[in-house]
Amino acid sequence: MHLLYQIFIDPFVQMGTAPDLFVQTLWEGLVTGVLYSLIALGFVLIFKASGVFNFAQGIMVVFAALALVGFYEHGVPAYLALGLTIVLMLILAFAVERLILRPLVNQAEIILFMATFGLTYFLIGFGELIFGGDPKVMISGALGLPSGSYQIKTLGGFVQMQKIDIAAAIIASLMVASLGIFFQKTRIGRALRAVADSHRAALSVGISLEQIWVIVWFAAGIVALATGIMWGARSNVSFALEIIALKALPVLILGGFTSIPGAIVGGIIIGLGEKIGEFYWGPLFGSGIEDWLAYVIALVFLLFRPQGLFGERIIERI
Amino acid sequence: MRAPSGPEIAVGDVLLSVENVSLSFGGVKAVTDVSFDIRKGEIRAIIGPNGAGKTSMLNVINGFYHPQQGRITFKGKARGHMRPYDAAYGGIARTFQNVALFRGMTALDNVMTGRSLKMRRGFLWQLLRHGPALAEEVEHRHRVEEIIDFLKIQDIRRVPVGRLPYGLQKRVELGRALAMEPELLLLDEPMAGMNIEEKEDMSRFILDVNDYYGTTIALIEHDMGVVMDLSDRVVVLDHGIKIADGTPDDVKKDQAVIDAYLGVAH
Amino acid sequence: MFYREAGQFKTTYAADSALFPILQDKIGIVLILFVAFILVPLTASDFAIDSILTPILVFSLAAIGLNLLTGYTGLLSLGTGGFMGVGAYACYKLATFFPGINIVVLIICSGFFAAAAGILFGLPSLRIKGFYLSVATLASQFFLSWCFIRIPWLYNYNVSASIEVPTRTLFGVPVTGPTATPATRYIVVLAIVSIMTWLASNLIRGRIGRTWMAVRDMDIAAELIGIKLYQTKLLAFAVSSFYCGVAGAMLVFLWLGNAESESFNINQSFLILFMVIIGGLGSLLGSFLGAALIWGLPIVLRTVPGFFNLSIKAATVEHITFMTLGALIILFLIAEPNGLARLWQIGKQKLRVWPFPY
Repeated sequence: MHLLYQIFIDPFVQMGTAPDLFVQTLWEGLVTGVLYSLIALGFVLIFKASGVFNFAQGIMVVFAALALVGFYEHGVPAYLALGLTIVLMLILAFAVERLILRPLVNQAEIILFMATFGLTYFLIGFGELIFGGDPKVMISGALGLPSGSYQIKTLGGFVQMQKIDIAAAIIASLMVASLGIFFQKTRIGRALRAVADSHRAALSVGISLEQIWVIVWFAAGIVALATGIMWGARSNVSFALEIIALKALPVLILGGFTSIPGAIVGGIIIGLGEKIGEFYWGPLFGSGIEDWLAYVIALVFLLFRPQGLFGERIIERI
Repeated sequence: MRAPSGPEIAVGDVLLSVENVSLSFGGVKAVTDVSFDIRKGEIRAIIGPNGAGKTSMLNVINGFYHPQQGRITFKGKARGHMRPYDAAYGGIARTFQNVALFRGMTALDNVMTGRSLKMRRGFLWQLLRHGPALAEEVEHRHRVEEIIDFLKIQDIRRVPVGRLPYGLQKRVELGRALAMEPELLLLDEPMAGMNIEEKEDMSRFILDVNDYYGTTIALIEHDMGVVMDLSDRVVVLDHGIKIADGTPDDVKKDQAVIDAYLGVAH
Repeated sequence: MFYREAGQFKTTYAADSALFPILQDKIGIVLILFVAFILVPLTASDFAIDSILTPILVFSLAAIGLNLLTGYTGLLSLGTGGFMGVGAYACYKLATFFPGINIVVLIICSGFFAAAAGILFGLPSLRIKGFYLSVATLASQFFLSWCFIRIPWLYNYNVSASIEVPTRTLFGVPVTGPTATPATRYIVVLAIVSIMTWLASNLIRGRIGRTWMAVRDMDIAAELIGIKLYQTKLLAFAVSSFYCGVAGAMLVFLWLGNAESESFNINQSFLILFMVIIGGLGSLLGSFLGAALIWGLPIVLRTVPGFFNLSIKAATVEHITFMTLGALIILFLIAEPNGLARLWQIGKQKLRVWPFPY
């Protein structure tokens, strides 16, 4: 009885009696969710345009952040380091296209998926070899990002909002908006959507697959860099973030692999669910349930709606 | 394999009947209120222009699609909601428009897979692969080798089917279906993309299967010459609606069929 | 001397489908077993046995387990480490509850617990495929990892949160615990791995193996010819996890002697998956080759610079290992998706026609 009470009643009572804490938890969840969304966004970009489920997207986030801090530590001014990192992501996009995608063109999706495991491991080793394996501190100050926090007095208590989180939310929205415009309005955007629909048909109307791939991987690299900066500002930069980066996978399952709005909504659902679950139900299970709660949410969801929130139902043909 | 039965010229009993079947995907109607039957021992052709709903019809018959309306009776029993393996257990085998072989497996293993539902030995025997399990394996291998001989594919036994040319793949696929010892064999465009000699070979195999094993056959085919030569009765679909049903000669003369194929001025 | 099959005619289908149809192969396997069971324990150093051979065998078994699921049935799993952990912790609890029962029996029994976990976490495979399924297996990995940390009952409330292997004997000789010699533990591991490999080879050559491969190659067609997908997939999950579970139990009891949840985390899952990819998807032999290559790689990278009197920091070696591993995965997927096993086959084919290849 007591256990049932603890599971089904008590958490809601707590939410009611301390609404400021509840709002604080919601805020935390929202911010985490935005970051998950950003990683998922990188996945969606690449999946849409090349059909590759890029497991390495999470690692690209860490890699980009690590490179940025690494350049800065070697005495490069902050904004130049930012520029250098963008160039590095472009080189990475070219390398991936030339060394992985092109030789594996027309292979089964699962083979390409596994190839991105290889990329993941390579980037981890390479990043640590060049920039060192110790956790680093993000150079948010030097980049001109805000620090500190707002204290909002409300609901009989305080809700604390980090300025960097607010900045992250704004930058994320801007990025999504510009990607949306890019996809809808530009020539390359149209080509991207054509490639997403059918590689062969796109080729037949004279779209260069290689070029498209480089562009999307580069775009995903930029998204990764932005995510890395935001994330790095909240905690340290190291490959330990890898585990957190994998959280983008349940987000994708929720949102569907090809839907940008899906990635955003999915990310926020997962972020909120995870933080609320951890804060109110976590203590019952000995805490740390946020390690797997996201996956379980996604899994339960998957059993009822295999195509995701915004995906279309596929009719199997034979 | 069942004992070879003599040529059944007389029309047999109804083996499978399709009554008022309708099937749609979302708002798109694939099949509308179609009824026909297949009698034991006959070769039944389903023809029609592209998009007429022929493949959808086969998919309904072997339980891959579930019709919104209508009833299917197989061997005198009406079937409710069923999974494809129920159809397989009931004795319906199938080949596919775009060859659906197990590409990573050898031709021999593909045909052996057709025997799966006849094999009884459980997991523990399979683990040991001795005694009854091995005996069973060898027994079924004998049956499969008969089919391999029948289809003249002895020399490609050990070749992974992904590497075989298209015509041979079709033959292996027929072998896999035959290995199931079906009562009703559904062939979805068995001769698509073949040259004239390959078509002749395949026609010969189909007639032999019908003749030698007494298997009832329902086939979809575009080559009219082949259809008219092979089949006992023909059903014609157009835009998901049945427009004719009868012997090849009757169907050939049917005005609705001629209109459907040649187009008609509105 | 010559690798030829000329003159060896098979007169029964049983002989035709034998594991080693060619006489030379039969001789070869007997030789390998002789070396592995007798020569190695007598001659090899404790270091070679304990840090090279035993772990390779243990990981080979786990790789076979994953290969049955991923290589043969086409279900990509990222939860291997978790299932190995279930085996290890189950074995530990069994050894605590039933101190009188022979430890080898317990190691095998712990596989059943892993199999049950495999079936449970395999249930989503009935609805979902491909990437979606691999995310589902990732869920099992993180959930199980969490259990290994947060449920102290699993490690008998040890302060160190690790499991310590008690000393147990077989025929009066200690096989587990600090007093067991590396050679004894090696022989027990080798025996278990050999038998289980043989059983796996029986499975995949028969009806069950064919239904697995059919589901891998085209699940829709498989269902239409009468294969029940849920039975087939769950059986694959069960058998695969059984193998992984036994491997996990052996990893703790017959190799490391103690272990924490770290040994069964996501990185372990990846390592086993890499062994399968590099060794060859859908090949038992490949599982051994892949395990040997991936386990051997860091050892080689550590020792080779020593010959040239170069000193490289341990951390650097680790980084280079990661890079090499990643590059190897990509390289194999591009150049030889069927892995080392395929290279081995090509080699054998060359040998068969040597010295006149035309």
